[in-house]
Amino acid sequence: MKQTKTRQLPYTVLGIVFLAIMLFPVYWMVNTSLQSGPAAVNATLIPLHPTFVAYQQAISEQLGNMGTSLAVAVGTVIFTLLVATPAAYALAKFRLRWVGLVMLALLISQMIPGIVIANALYTAYNDLGLLNSIPGLILADATTSIPFAILILRAFMESIPPSLVEAARVDGAGHWRAFWSIVVPVSRNSIITAGLFSFLFAWSDFVFAVTLTTSATVRPVTLGIYTYLTANIQSWAPVMATAALASIPAIIFLVFAQRYIAAGALGGAVK
Amino acid sequence: MTAIDLAAAGTGQAAPKEPLRRQRRLSVERIAQWAFLAPAVIYIGLFFGYPIVKNVVMSFQDYTTKTFFTGEAPWVGFANYVSVIKNSLFSTTLINTGLFTVGSIVGQFVIGMALALFFKRRFPLSGVLRSLLLLPWLLPLIASSAVWKWILDQDSGILNQALLFLHVTPAAIPWLSSPNVALISVILVNIWLGIPFNATILYGGLQGIPEEQYEAAALDGATGWKAFRYVTWPNLRPVVSVVLVLGVVYTLKVLDIILGLTGGGPANATQTLATNSYQQSFVVFSFGTGAAISNILIVISLVFTVVYLRLNRRAIDE
Repeated sequence: MKQTKTRQLPYTVLGIVFLAIMLFPVYWMVNTSLQSGPAAVNATLIPLHPTFVAYQQAISEQLGNMGTSLAVAVGTVIFTLLVATPAAYALAKFRLRWVGLVMLALLISQMIPGIVIANALYTAYNDLGLLNSIPGLILADATTSIPFAILILRAFMESIPPSLVEAARVDGAGHWRAFWSIVVPVSRNSIITAGLFSFLFAWSDFVFAVTLTTSATVRPVTLGIYTYLTANIQSWAPVMATAALASIPAIIFLVFAQRYIAAGALGGAVK
Repeated sequence: MTAIDLAAAGTGQAAPKEPLRRQRRLSVERIAQWAFLAPAVIYIGLFFGYPIVKNVVMSFQDYTTKTFFTGEAPWVGFANYVSVIKNSLFSTTLINTGLFTVGSIVGQFVIGMALALFFKRRFPLSGVLRSLLLLPWLLPLIASSAVWKWILDQDSGILNQALLFLHVTPAAIPWLSSPNVALISVILVNIWLGIPFNATILYGGLQGIPEEQYEAAALDGATGWKAFRYVTWPNLRPVVSVVLVLGVVYTLKVLDIILGLTGGGPANATQTLATNSYQQSFVVFSFGTGAAISNILIVISLVFTVVYLRLNRRAIDE
């Protein structure tokens, strides 16, 4: 046993080297964000004198935008799960006509470029007064999360044994009662996966942020970063601090909800 | 909504001889079942169906900022498409889109495959390392673009600093500011972004290959490269097809990375169909032209979607 472990050590070392290369940009983001000389042009390899000045600046400039992003992301999660969970159940368990057609529409919808949707939504939103609004962004961001969530949830719900639901139905529960009291609790894990990814999709959204907002009143943090990038950058530290702050949800999810994230990474593509 | 009516009407007609009560209960049942699906169907209609139709309509109109005030968008027939295709920029964007897509996919796939095979040998910490590898995929694309723009900065970016320090290059490389290099830089960044996705899906596919097949192949003398050629690759083919097609479709619509890194420049060196469509609609405010370009993009995507669906069906059938 001990021998195989030592023989496998080179692989571990090599794996760490690969990972270090892949994650170097993330390290560099954090490293730069902690260094704030007057110009911060020449960052050192490690933050020898870490300072949070850049974060202070980033927060003072982007806190409102992060609040907008958070509201949009949470709203997208709620809206997505409300729409996708019953739909996934129907597609998995009911023998309805046009189920094949709905599935086809879902698969195709994942292929439609966001810019196509944004192009048409801009004019519609302009008429409806949904430009520069959080509900407008939630509805638009759900174009990414709803098809994904339905496919993930359906894949799981197909595996729920019919007897489980039928038992409740025999006891007189309607479809909705059976859905709420049996299907939703049993599907908890895949609902969490769908919710986490809906959050990340909406939090990271750029296409709809850049097209469906035109003023600074409702501006997601992704657009805040983009605004930095389009200007002449004097100091990279606040930009990197903002990018680091915008990366927090992804890092938290990966560390604390790794099981669900891994499930989503696999399920979203293959199913 | 019409779907519910149709379903109810369909059952009513299909079973005229059934007792009335059973018939009514059946249609109530149908409506209850469709109610689960209705919100999703309505949403898909409004947020996918409508935009696609609207885009097609707009592409035949002279749709500009003026339209928002006057409400008039005169029909222009194929004029938008003609002007798009005749523009010298079109061939540039088409070539860029092709190079960006092919370059990204080849890089992501080869490195992703190598990593998947590497992680297949279980070793201490392999699980932790593999899950941390997902991080670049989960970060907001625009945040990653910002970091890479800083890393690739010509004067003070760490990449040039390192290359100069190691004497790999005599002068700082203008990664994002030279029309000759910018597209390569953007492709490299996109490869970095796609590696985790490719590695994860391919790793999942590798897990599905029965160990006995390798043992049997080893008895026949097939190990190493031969085992990959005769056991791994044939078994992995369905997963590979899905990864490649999804990769193409996702890469075709990339906007964040290019806008964040170069904005389509310098001198349109990184302008793709997606960024050009954005530029026409939301920078120049010529929505008709933007719609025409994005329709061309949709057609290309749909070709690959059809391929994907056929592969998917075959995978399900097997």
